[in-house]
Amino acid sequence: MKFRKALASATILAACMFGSASAADLVVGFSQIGSESGWRAAETTLTKQQAEQRGIDLKFADAQQKQENQIKAIRSFIAQGVNAILLAPVVATGWDEVLQEAKDAEIPVILLDRTVDASKDLYLTAVTSDLVHEGSVAGKWLVDTVAGKPCNVVELQGTTGSSPAIDRKKGFEQALAGNDNLKIVRSQTGDFTRTKGKEVMESFLKAEDGGKNICALYAHNDDMAVGAIQAIKEAGLKPGKDILVVSIDAVPDIFQAMAAGEANATVELTPNMAGPAFDALDAYLKDGKEPPKWIQTESKLYTQADDPMKVYEEKKGLGY
Amino acid sequence: MHGNSDNILSAIRVEKGFPGTKALDKVDFHLRRGEVHALLGENGAGKSTLIKCLTGAYRRDGGSILLDGAEVDPRDTFDAQRLGIGTVYQEVNLLPNLTVAENLFLGRQPCRFGMTDTRTMNRKARELLAEYELDLDVTRDLASYSVAIQQVVAIARAVDLSGKVLILDEPTASLDAHEVAMLFRIVRRLKARGLGIIFITHFLEQVYEISDRITVLRNGQLVGTRETAELDRRELIAMMIGRELAAEIQSRHTPADEGRLRYRFRNYGRRGRIDPFDLDVRAGEVVGIAGLLGSGRTETAEVLFGAYRADSGTAEIDGRAVELSSPRAAIRQKFGFCPEDRKTAGIVGDLSVRENIVLALQARRGWTRPISRAEQNRLADHYIRALDIRTADREKPIKLLSGGNQQKAILARWLATEPEFLILDEPTRGIDVGAHAEIVRLIESLREKGMSLIVISSEIEELVAYSTRVVVLRDRAHVAELSGDRITAHEIVEAIAAATQGRAS
Amino acid sequence: MTATVKTYLGRLLPQLIVLAAIVFAISMVFPGFLNLQIQNGRLYGSLIDILNRGAPVVLLAIGMTVVIATKGIDLSVGAVMAICGAVAASLITSGHSLLETLFATLAVGILCGIWNGFLVAVLDIQPIIATLVLMVAGRGIAQLITEGAILTFNDAGLIFVGSGSFGWLPMPVVIWLVFGVLVALLVRQTALGMLIEAIGVNRQASTLSGVLTPVLLVAAYVLSGLCAAIAGIIAAADIKGADANNAGLWLELDAILAVVVGGTSLLGGRFSIAASVLGAIIIQAINTGILLSGFPPEFNLIIKAAIIVFILVLQSPRFRSAFTFLQIPRAAGKPTEREAK
Repeated sequence: MKFRKALASATILAACMFGSASAADLVVGFSQIGSESGWRAAETTLTKQQAEQRGIDLKFADAQQKQENQIKAIRSFIAQGVNAILLAPVVATGWDEVLQEAKDAEIPVILLDRTVDASKDLYLTAVTSDLVHEGSVAGKWLVDTVAGKPCNVVELQGTTGSSPAIDRKKGFEQALAGNDNLKIVRSQTGDFTRTKGKEVMESFLKAEDGGKNICALYAHNDDMAVGAIQAIKEAGLKPGKDILVVSIDAVPDIFQAMAAGEANATVELTPNMAGPAFDALDAYLKDGKEPPKWIQTESKLYTQADDPMKVYEEKKGLGY
Repeated sequence: MHGNSDNILSAIRVEKGFPGTKALDKVDFHLRRGEVHALLGENGAGKSTLIKCLTGAYRRDGGSILLDGAEVDPRDTFDAQRLGIGTVYQEVNLLPNLTVAENLFLGRQPCRFGMTDTRTMNRKARELLAEYELDLDVTRDLASYSVAIQQVVAIARAVDLSGKVLILDEPTASLDAHEVAMLFRIVRRLKARGLGIIFITHFLEQVYEISDRITVLRNGQLVGTRETAELDRRELIAMMIGRELAAEIQSRHTPADEGRLRYRFRNYGRRGRIDPFDLDVRAGEVVGIAGLLGSGRTETAEVLFGAYRADSGTAEIDGRAVELSSPRAAIRQKFGFCPEDRKTAGIVGDLSVRENIVLALQARRGWTRPISRAEQNRLADHYIRALDIRTADREKPIKLLSGGNQQKAILARWLATEPEFLILDEPTRGIDVGAHAEIVRLIESLREKGMSLIVISSEIEELVAYSTRVVVLRDRAHVAELSGDRITAHEIVEAIAAATQGRAS
Repeated sequence: MTATVKTYLGRLLPQLIVLAAIVFAISMVFPGFLNLQIQNGRLYGSLIDILNRGAPVVLLAIGMTVVIATKGIDLSVGAVMAICGAVAASLITSGHSLLETLFATLAVGILCGIWNGFLVAVLDIQPIIATLVLMVAGRGIAQLITEGAILTFNDAGLIFVGSGSFGWLPMPVVIWLVFGVLVALLVRQTALGMLIEAIGVNRQASTLSGVLTPVLLVAAYVLSGLCAAIAGIIAAADIKGADANNAGLWLELDAILAVVVGGTSLLGGRFSIAASVLGAIIIQAINTGILLSGFPPEFNLIIKAAIIVFILVLQSPRFRSAFTFLQIPRAAGKPTEREAK
């Protein structure tokens, strides 16, 4: 694992050294949604870092959750004659006109993190994670870890009806399918928050014989897992041992819990959407190579074996 | 008798009880076609209860109601309206922010293609109001017209909706003489059209002016129904309060300079509310304040009490200067104030009679020094007895009491603070004859005990009765002061009239 | 003395009946519900969870009751919770002592109350608008303090406030019990309660009777701010972190609901702190019951709404007059008055 990381950073370094010649004079506009969550802040930080490493001149515009601000920003990027535009769209619809304007000006647009309902030829590519895949990575880890032993799972869902909650549940269930030893015994919403995660976990513990009946917890995000870990401790059980804990997002605090042995695994929703985007852009501008319409970011699994304290230190500064 | 075709509406042996009281005890009431029938009684006599049983607002416990000889049983006021019984209350129950036309046709707007046909509605509204000698811009908000006009609009709506019986519940309480005259013209016209009209009021002169017959209730029982022309005033009052009020109000003038001078206001006033005035009040003196509505009577009271801070002049008590910057400051100087509008500025409706009585005393002591419950009970019981406040018990919410009893409770609130300077703004307005006489007697006895009082009243006879001096106001200024033998109804009216002429010229 | 106890119980009877019915219903569906045991030196069980999880709403409801009694409303309490949680977390992580942190945080809550009270009492802005200002701005302020992230801390003392225990009871329960009794004593053993009710029923008449209206109004909002501060500290200590985005989110509505379920009129006047506390516990009992029931989460809000509508219908005057058996509290109240005479 360590080796892979080192290799990855070496690649980035190499890309900087050799790629800089072509990227140095690039000007890229980035229309960001806002800073509504720690993850979003980390995405902004990483995008700026990535641009700096590649010598790209990044024009950053914060839309404060408003589509009209994003459209204004894109028009101003077009007027400035940027080489490319990164767009993290706040909503899915209403982009056709402004994307057509960018196309007419022959400026490629790359979507980050979310997609839009518009003709696919209006943008170069979309870089997003696969929410279903994240759920199935978590599920697969659990299947492998319990290795055939019977295991009752409780699930902390995200906000009812939100797409991460639906897709992460779906992916997890897909991974569990066919493994009759694993059974989801309780599933409730924890609204993606620590407080609710803790409260709902308390009720799970009461409902399942003080927790003796629970072998694993799957939480749709790390924050709920952090809350649930406290509930498990207060019930006199050892999270990570008596009850396995797997969640999604890979925010810094879960790595602290992993370092303490209280959480077992997390699946990363990488805030580095810009890296793959810049790579695709580079290839497109240099060789005219059309990237695929969807670039799926890696849903990387972290476990206690991945030196969680080190990852924590790395992630801490990103603005999560 | 029951089958008498002259009767448009009859109530026969109607009964209604509330927990602990019998509000109506087998009351008979007959209303003839084309008559104005005054329904009289002290507050709490059962007038409102009878009206509410007739209009279905209350379910009666027993008895029957005949309309045009046929038994009816209105379930609610809408039902009563549909049957032909319309009611107009003292506080107009229309919607002030809708136009006059909309108010007239609310719930039955003429429609075209599913939309309100505003033009037809406005035309119909103008036609309807023309019958009442009113030529209004019916597209303006109701609130932009005077209470009298609103009253007429309410009558027009009620008559248009029902058309057999019209009940007027204290319609004249907030009208001036001109407006009352206009209202009475309309009432006579409706009477000529054959409507039966029930008229409830506290003004006995109006009863004699407009009504054909009088029915008197007392303590939920029928005292009697008489032809107005055959019933003299003294006898009527006797029927209402059950005892001869020998002299309704006995006039007894004390020389104005008997007590020592205690309160001295110089050049006292507030811009935009009341012009600066000078006022001296002695111990054991009642200074009456007379003037037309809007002449600055209430404003004088409010500035004296600090409800609005004076921006000119000085106040002295016993020769020492005082700041009366707020009601609290005035209360510290042993002032008390019964405001004109009992409901919005006087009573604290949901609280009990007890709490209303101790409120000012408790406020003066501060929240950290609560009056013990035993002491509160003692105070409340004392004043309930002393002022004869009629209430089932001291824990009854004050809003359930009649107007006169509410007024006595507010007086008790101030008496509990042992005030030395008491301002009473219209203390007898809208209360029944019995309570009226008791409050006048109370004013007398407080004066005899050496208290200084300022009393504002629209009833000149009343001012004459208890004032040792009368200040006359006009256009927000003090214009005349009468004392000694000059305190007569004639002189006061002359002073106000002179003032009015002054304004006209 | 027994007479006052009787009237007191009479006032609380509807809430007690509803609570008993809900507890009974949950224990039917989920038999282990009433189990209590000692674990890690404290009581452990679903009933304790209800008291513990209900702590923030109970505290908010205490302040909200007094504000509503003045004919006001305080929409900002959820945001004030977020601010105070953020302040507590940032102070403790920047090395301030526990005592300093607690006092400073409570002071911030009081400050928020003074701001609301100033808008309402001095500038005479309608309470719903006046407190909306801080409701909207407050969460932003909290986010500025935490810089948008969840600000975690590890100070054992502060964490104790949220998840410690005292005499077998979780600290949050101990805190609201003590605080609730103190506030109830404060308003009922002094004349505060009556004066506040008088202001709520008729502000003008009260002012003319010499009641110090503006000061009492500000005091009501200050109490509400203080309650929100305590609730904010508990909420943050509970998860060892200040979550500016989610702490106290929508809890102002739960607090208002608790007051209403407790039978205090939104039109001001008569109030009962004990009844509002019961109202908050009823709401939390419903929440916990739903979680234990194992229904899919899509049903949570529907079930909660249905139960609350049912409770409010039971309390409505029309229903009460139609079913005399629910008038027991009134009937119980009456004779005591006569005895007192």
